[in-house]
Amino acid sequence: MDVELRDIHKTFGKVRANVGIRLHVPAGTIQGILGENGAGKSTLMKVLSGFIHADQGAILLDGRPVVIHSPADAIRAGIGMLHQDPLDFPPMRVIDNFVMARGGSLFPGRAAARRDLKKLAAQFGFALDPDAYVDSLTVGERQQLEIVRLLWLGARVLIFDEPTTGISAAQKERLFAALRLLADQDKTVLFVSHKLEDVEGLCDRVVVLRQGYLVGEARPPYTTRQLVEMMFGKAISIGKRVPCAVGETSLRLRNLSVEDYRLKVRGVNLAVRAGEVIGLAGMEGSGQGLFMRAVAGLLRTTGGRISLDGRNLTGRSHLVSKRHGVAFLPASRLEEGLVPGLDLTEHFVLAEKKGGFFIDWEGGRALAEERIAEFNIRGTPASHVEALSGGNQQRALLALLRVSLRLLLLEHPTRGLDIESTIYIWSKLKERCGQGTSILFVSSDLEEILQYSDRVLVFFNGRVSPPLEAAEMNTDRLGELIGGKGWPEEEWVEEMTADG
Amino acid sequence: MAKNTAASRRRKTIWINVSFQSAAFVLALLLTTVMLLAVGAPPFQAYRSILVGAFGSVGDIFDTLIAWAPLLLTTMGVLITFSAGLWNIGIEGQVTLGAIFTTWILRLLQESGLPPWLIIVLGILAGIVGGALWASLAGVLKTFGGVNEIFGGLGLNFVATALTLWLIFGPWKRPGTGSMSGTLPFPEELWLPAIPGFRLSPWALVLSFIAVVVVYFLLRGTHFGLRLKAVGKNMRAAYLLGVPTWQHMLASFLLCGVFAGLAGALQVTAVYHRLIPSISSNYGFTGLLVAMLVNFHALWAVPVALFFAALNIGSVHLPIVLKLDSSLSGVLQGLLVLLVLMVEGARQRLMSRKIIPAEPASGEEVQS
Ligand SMILES: Nc1ncnc2c1ncn2[C@@H]1O[C@H](COP(=O)(O)OP(=O)(O)O)[C@@H](O)[C@H]1O
Ligand SMILES: [Mg+2]
Repeated sequence: MDVELRDIHKTFGKVRANVGIRLHVPAGTIQGILGENGAGKSTLMKVLSGFIHADQGAILLDGRPVVIHSPADAIRAGIGMLHQDPLDFPPMRVIDNFVMARGGSLFPGRAAARRDLKKLAAQFGFALDPDAYVDSLTVGERQQLEIVRLLWLGARVLIFDEPTTGISAAQKERLFAALRLLADQDKTVLFVSHKLEDVEGLCDRVVVLRQGYLVGEARPPYTTRQLVEMMFGKAISIGKRVPCAVGETSLRLRNLSVEDYRLKVRGVNLAVRAGEVIGLAGMEGSGQGLFMRAVAGLLRTTGGRISLDGRNLTGRSHLVSKRHGVAFLPASRLEEGLVPGLDLTEHFVLAEKKGGFFIDWEGGRALAEERIAEFNIRGTPASHVEALSGGNQQRALLALLRVSLRLLLLEHPTRGLDIESTIYIWSKLKERCGQGTSILFVSSDLEEILQYSDRVLVFFNGRVSPPLEAAEMNTDRLGELIGGKGWPEEEWVEEMTADG
Repeated sequence: MAKNTAASRRRKTIWINVSFQSAAFVLALLLTTVMLLAVGAPPFQAYRSILVGAFGSVGDIFDTLIAWAPLLLTTMGVLITFSAGLWNIGIEGQVTLGAIFTTWILRLLQESGLPPWLIIVLGILAGIVGGALWASLAGVLKTFGGVNEIFGGLGLNFVATALTLWLIFGPWKRPGTGSMSGTLPFPEELWLPAIPGFRLSPWALVLSFIAVVVVYFLLRGTHFGLRLKAVGKNMRAAYLLGVPTWQHMLASFLLCGVFAGLAGALQVTAVYHRLIPSISSNYGFTGLLVAMLVNFHALWAVPVALFFAALNIGSVHLPIVLKLDSSLSGVLQGLLVLLVLMVEGARQRLMSRKIIPAEPASGEEVQS
């Protein structure tokens, strides 16, 4: 279906998220929509898919103006969207989730739906088990389910908002193949991303948004420099690897084991020196999350010992480790990291509490102002955290950390952020390393792992590699390990014990 | 400068809120009117009768004020648990337990020879302890037993009622046979001093105003209040930010119980001077309604609770004057809450509430 957006305007309060955007996408095209965080990409896509009302502007499908007031209208018109932050997935089965949206008299019967699901999934090479529970699926599998479901509902225009965040390299390949197949079937694909390499490798054409404006378009062959300039107005580069000068051992793990109902992580030995950065690589759900939360004191360990600066923290709660200089930054910023409904000042007051009964609001505001300036957060002390963009939420989380930390645990510290924010956040983190803070971080971005870690632990299905020197690794080797290839039978485990 | 604009923005939102809520009020009144018409009652007369019933004479006004005090107390209690994201339905039982504990101490000490004022003070303190104990029971069930506070509270309410009845008809029954009119009234020197000739005790009002001020500052200006809010809005994030979460939830129950227990104590020492079967007079539930209406603003509870008290007192005469059931006030109150909540939902949909400062259009960011 041919999609045309005419003169779309949308403001939130004083923020101009979309300003006079025009875009025309013929059927059978993969249209890239590129832009840094907060550029207005999601807003534009939500306008098209009925989640947001434009203040002004028109949507034309196959040349005819349509009125879209809700996601239901959109899907009736043939437009479906996969969201950046996957909406809530309740604990229901894949098949239930699949048929959920179509109720009423149209209800085709479960058996038929199951057949359709299998057929569609097979078409795209997705391995979706209709009886699995949705909350046990990986981000990539949820995407696959959504694609199939939207197609089944009759979508002819599919919008993907940052679909490559949080999925493995293999899943990404499968996703891209599916997108190409969709385009071959004459579907219209809108692919939103802030990652250049995704867009370059996939899209037939690209438009770039910056601060609400559509600032340019490009067709293959793309030149990276040109795209970056359109996104940021200036060229930037990631920069060279800077290994930290590291000190004494601070965190020591002996034979640490942790498990949940799906997965067991057994016998991890690790000695982390002050100022060292350890990257935890692995497909989503390979055990790195469990491991991280166990070290943070958020999950009970099933064996082994955790000590920090010689102090035994095994079995102590996170509040105790926090007192001894441990901090944990979760990936889901609004679900676990920040308190929606409270403003920045209130957050700083909460995090900073030094005693006393009454709050010194003046002091709190001053502190907030100082940190907002220092961390370059776009907002005011009175901004509610849920109104900040993802990058600014992440900056706020960093700004909330205590001044002196011994161990910082981060889940996907730069997920969903643009290059500029990523560089900024890592510069702040490296500053902390310089002050002797050790960092453990989980990331699904292999380049980020290799770029910023001193050593890397690879997780595969609960197995953990010994610490590998990042300088001696490359993305190919790391990618193999993450995918379960090249793991020696048993001897790594021995090596690790010797190391600890 | 930034502060000024923030303040004026806040003032503006407050006024928008007020106009939306007034609209809800008018709607509630309209709907009640329609309902009255439907059952064939003259609406105007009904409202007049409520007004006259609540404010027609000095005695009526005092009755309204008598109802106002415990309602303010329960509202304050519920606001604290609300802040922590908890629905303390059990507040009825907490009021009742407050009354039982007060009665217990007064009975124990009434012949002890202690000065009456001391007995009264001890009785009230006991009431506070009783309310707090009963509330922490709900809190423990919630935090350690995993029992939702709504179910726990409901259960404990039943137990409290049963306990009252058992006491009135059992161990504490009047000489002869127990009766629904309650235990034997205490001698007059154990009554909280009242305005001569009336049942209104200025002490009760003073205590409830103190409660409002305390809760206002607690929620607005203290670390404890802020932490409660954080726990209520996002428990996991609050924990990661260093707030001991279950301790705060338990503390909010306990504090709510303090206010509920005080309300119960005042029902005994200032109003009924004995234990009666329905000593809590639904002030707990009504307090929940008021708290929902005022949306965490303790000071707003003052007029709203007065209005609700007036409705309750005013409608007492309805059956006599118009042969209408006095539950009309309940209908009006319930509708009011429903409509205010609905209008609030509509308002949130209509206006995007997230306001963030304008971002300069140039790439002003200084990074890396
Ligand atoms: N619901 C909302 N309320 C207020 N501001 C919003 C809302 N959604 C987006 N914004 C703001 O609009 C701008 C564009 O956001 P968005 O479209 O999400 O950007 P992108 O997807 O390109 O990262 C940002 O400044 C963001 O903070
Ligand atoms: Mg987005």
